[in-house]
Amino acid sequence: MSDAASTPTASQRLARGVLPENPVFRQLLGMCPVLAVTNSLAGALTMGLATTFVLVCSNVVVSLLRKQLQPHLRILVYTLTIASFVTIADRFLAAFLPDMSLLLGPYIPLIIVNCLIISRAEACASKQTLAPAIADAVGQGSGFVLGLLSLGFVRELLGSGSLFGVRVLPEAWPEWLIMVLPPGAFLTLGMLIAVVNWWDGRREQ
Amino acid sequence: MTDLILIAISAAIVNNVVLTYFLGVCPFLGVSRRLDMAFGMGTAVTFVVTIAGTLTFITHCYVLLPLDLAFLQYIVFIFVIAGTVQLVEMVVRKFQPALYEAFGVFLPMITTNCAILGTCLFVWLKGYDTLLKAVVFSFFNGVGFTLAIVIMAGLREDLTFADVPKPLRGAPITLFVAAILAMAFMGFAGIGTAQ
Repeated sequence: MSDAASTPTASQRLARGVLPENPVFRQLLGMCPVLAVTNSLAGALTMGLATTFVLVCSNVVVSLLRKQLQPHLRILVYTLTIASFVTIADRFLAAFLPDMSLLLGPYIPLIIVNCLIISRAEACASKQTLAPAIADAVGQGSGFVLGLLSLGFVRELLGSGSLFGVRVLPEAWPEWLIMVLPPGAFLTLGMLIAVVNWWDGRREQ
Repeated sequence: MTDLILIAISAAIVNNVVLTYFLGVCPFLGVSRRLDMAFGMGTAVTFVVTIAGTLTFITHCYVLLPLDLAFLQYIVFIFVIAGTVQLVEMVVRKFQPALYEAFGVFLPMITTNCAILGTCLFVWLKGYDTLLKAVVFSFFNGVGFTLAIVIMAGLREDLTFADVPKPLRGAPITLFVAAILAMAFMGFAGIGTAQ
């Protein structure tokens, strides 16, 4: 949240979540799914959309409940709201995309403890009316999807030579196995954040 | 007995909760700047995860499954974890003030630590069928978390003296160190997997 003097409009909130305050590259929030499911683009996209769904729904509910929230119970209310929507998303995936549900495994229920969602509920939805809360959730959610996709793009391209399961690099490409394994996740995220920092530094000069 | 030892080794080292499942990466990257804080955080997580793992196993086996309410699993689990954290905080503050000094400040952050919920889910996903196995698995997952976060803190204390290129300062270099650490832990792959 910026200072209270310049309260941003709904559209500014939406735009801010995508790049200037990108949850993955700037705020380093919700790292667990970012690192875990990005060895394929399809998994990254599903995870991003599921998280955005939960983020928007929980922001709506928290924003509607904001007058009733008791300070000492608010974290519990956030968590239970989020857990309900995660259960909905999880059952939906299990019913309609069973392969994806199997691939993502425990990382779908782990959306409950994604710090991004709780921090948006605390920083934005519990203080704002419905429209800014939704705009904020959509913006931050898109930023999160963007972060997941860029990581998934690099890892799947270098690690399996394919994009969304379709082979794009020539057969001669030696697949960098390390990219689809856990160290590749840390390495790729470090590289991407370094590129973002470098770009910022250059623009300032 | 053998399978308990295998579960312990596999949970703490081979399938390290931070470095192979990425659970609890936020405190791993955030808190692990100082050795003593990292150890305090690790102790708090180990303590809570053992209790939460035991309680969620009991709740799942003896309440949710008989009542056919397995779809409520996530909501109930997170409720049990939040309750455990509150309870542990109160009990420790009242009876063990010294212990509270050591890791009390970390307790409120733990409800949203993925390592706790992740462990409780893995107990059920990996199909551990007895309470003893669930307790051992939970405890050694906590030990694995402590191990990773303490090693990381030690490396980062040394890193403060290194001359890191400007764009790499902060998160990127930490992630690179984590990548190398994860590669080192991959060397254990294959040990204790034959369960």
